Amino acid sequence: MAGPDIALPATPWASAPVRARLRRRGRAETRLRLLGLGALGLAFAMLATLVLTLLWSGAGAFRQTRVATEVFYDPAILAPGNLARGDYRAILAVAVGEWFPGLSPAGRRRAGAILSAGAPFVLRDRIVADPALLGRRVTLSLPVSDPYDQLRRGLLGRDTPAAFRRLTDDDIARWDRLVASGLVSAPLNPGLLLDPDSRFPELAGLAGALAGSAWLLLTCFLLSFPVGIGAAIYLEEFAPRRRLADVIEININNLAAVPSVVFGLLGLAVFLGWFGLPRSSPFVGGMVLALMTLPTIIIATRAALKAVPPSIREAALGLGASRQQAVFHHVLPLAMPGILTGTILGLAHALGETAPLLLIGMNAFVTGAPGGPFDAATALPTQIFIWADSPERGFEARTSAAILVLLAFLVVMNGLAIFLRNRFERKW
Amino acid sequence: MSVPVPPAAALALTLALALLPAAGATARDRIRIVGSSTVFPYSQAVAELFGRLTGAPAPVVEATGTGGGIQIFCAGVGVRHPDIVGASRAMTRWEHDLCAAHGVTDITEALIGIDGLVIAVARANPFDWDLALPDLYLALAADVPAGGGWQANPFRLWSGVDPALPGAPIRVYGPPPTSGTRDAFVEVAMHAGCRALDFVRAGGFDDGWVRANCSRMRQDGPFIEAGENDNLIVQQLAADPEAMGIFGYSFLYENADRLKPVRIAGVAPDGATIAAGTYPLARPLFLYIKNAHRGVIPHLEEFVAEFMSEAALGPGGYLEERGMVPLPGGRRAAVQAAVLARAPMPPPAD
Repeated sequence: MAGPDIALPATPWASAPVRARLRRRGRAETRLRLLGLGALGLAFAMLATLVLTLLWSGAGAFRQTRVATEVFYDPAILAPGNLARGDYRAILAVAVGEWFPGLSPAGRRRAGAILSAGAPFVLRDRIVADPALLGRRVTLSLPVSDPYDQLRRGLLGRDTPAAFRRLTDDDIARWDRLVASGLVSAPLNPGLLLDPDSRFPELAGLAGALAGSAWLLLTCFLLSFPVGIGAAIYLEEFAPRRRLADVIEININNLAAVPSVVFGLLGLAVFLGWFGLPRSSPFVGGMVLALMTLPTIIIATRAALKAVPPSIREAALGLGASRQQAVFHHVLPLAMPGILTGTILGLAHALGETAPLLLIGMNAFVTGAPGGPFDAATALPTQIFIWADSPERGFEARTSAAILVLLAFLVVMNGLAIFLRNRFERKW
Repeated sequence: MSVPVPPAAALALTLALALLPAAGATARDRIRIVGSSTVFPYSQAVAELFGRLTGAPAPVVEATGTGGGIQIFCAGVGVRHPDIVGASRAMTRWEHDLCAAHGVTDITEALIGIDGLVIAVARANPFDWDLALPDLYLALAADVPAGGGWQANPFRLWSGVDPALPGAPIRVYGPPPTSGTRDAFVEVAMHAGCRALDFVRAGGFDDGWVRANCSRMRQDGPFIEAGENDNLIVQQLAADPEAMGIFGYSFLYENADRLKPVRIAGVAPDGATIAAGTYPLARPLFLYIKNAHRGVIPHLEEFVAEFMSEAALGPGGYLEERGMVPLPGGRRAAVQAAVLARAPMPPPAD
């Protein structure tokens, strides 16, 4: 090209047309950057809006209004031999009478509604666990019913005309007296995670849904992980490169794009219909979700295997290893971080999946956590679905709180995936 | 390199262990209830209380919708099939035949109570709404008499339906076709409204004609299908004071501070008017119980007894607390006696 003796034409950097072009290019770049920043900002603003609205509406559910209630396990009311079926409402009525002396029986019944309808069962469970309490006075922290919980959180407008409120002026006056006496508190609510579902929002928790989701993910993992890795190893390392392999590859990619509800229909027809597996069981849910995560795992595993340099395989083969030894001793361990990342992301996706679970009946009302993968259970997303559809006000906060719990699990799982990738990543 | 990958044999073993109990998963210690999402809260209430009172495993209640629930219920007799289905309308002849075809022949029908279908607006809506059934029909049906003939619904404003109503746009959120609430609404509101139209009365059309021509809700915008989630409708109404929503009475009952009911033919929905039948949009709520399962599935008989108890169904009972309207005393006693005696239901008329 240009030799040393050929004079370069003097570049007219300072000429007007060049400066104009440069300015135009500079402006275009600034525009692109601003657009990129804007897009990023928009995405973050949406995420922040979502999380903040959830926190705003769900924060209430992390605390539960309780009243310290002194109850007397009256031997005149309870028979020692039959503590499980005693009249604990009567015992509570006495306790409520002590708060508000001189109340008529009707007024006392009305005041008794301050306590949750589940409160008698708290009393019962306490004395059944410790029968020596019979004849003694105990102070128990009892949950209040939903309308009063709403009242404390300021969600039940006191200035709403009384006819349209769940609580009358008398109810509110009694409540204010109770608050003034210092018996009311709003401690953190471990029940949200530790209690099973209930129709009373103040008693409802996610224990059943968490256990259901755990069984579901375990089943999903045990089925999809070995099968997915096996399929990927065969396709990547052993399968002859022929047209059939291409067809299989295209099909796996297509399978990854099939809407999840289709897998639900498949599960309904095959697992429930033909095999007669129990409805609403996490095992069936796990099988359906395993079908869904399988393509994700296969694709991730194949990509991870492909990323291992051929020199590793060739070195192993050159030293006399068999193909199988080369794969299992050398290639697969090196590909493991990528495989695990893909698997965890697939499982995180499965954790948030709702539609197929609705079809196999995991949106049932189940009190009590499942003891195994074949017991009826809900999962986190279906529990959110049920709570979102419940008429009681308290479930609005519970729904948001449950979504936050689900999001927390997803963040943890995705964080784990990133950690594994960074921790075990190898560079060649 | 060492071998951190579990050998294939171990994987196969875990897999086999995971699949093994599938064979033994035939016994069942929990009662299974499917069906209407309107009956769901009531079944749920009885189920939870039953579990807590007796210590037995609480029944599993699943809201599948009335039609879907009856299909599952009718699929057969045995532990794989549910014991009870809740319905927000009576079982049809076709469904009864479906049951019989799968060996489910001995069914007891229990009319547990009445539910009002409520049309409500936000409290922020300034107008005192009172709709006659024909007005409701003219506002929401796909085909209406207009301009001298039977044609696609031209009305976009309430004032077009009836000059006495405000000039607000018609915007009504309601249940989708899969819902029992929708079936009930079409029957008690649309068919009744259609029959009362001058055009239909003067034309001398019979019930068959009404069913064939007056069952379609309009699809051109003013009637919005809002999915099965009634809570979303409630929130939608709070955000949009001009809109109306159609849902079960329990949602009005829980949200009386946000919503006000639309009076229908001058009657506002409350416990008294719904029970007395003076509020026109009321529908019965049913349970269908598979008698072949009674005495076989553990605790089913006790559960049915709890459901039929006065503490549940009666006035002041815990189902009324949730928004169900109890039957009048005499009818209630008859239902309770018939259900406890396992009286089989007769095949429904067409």
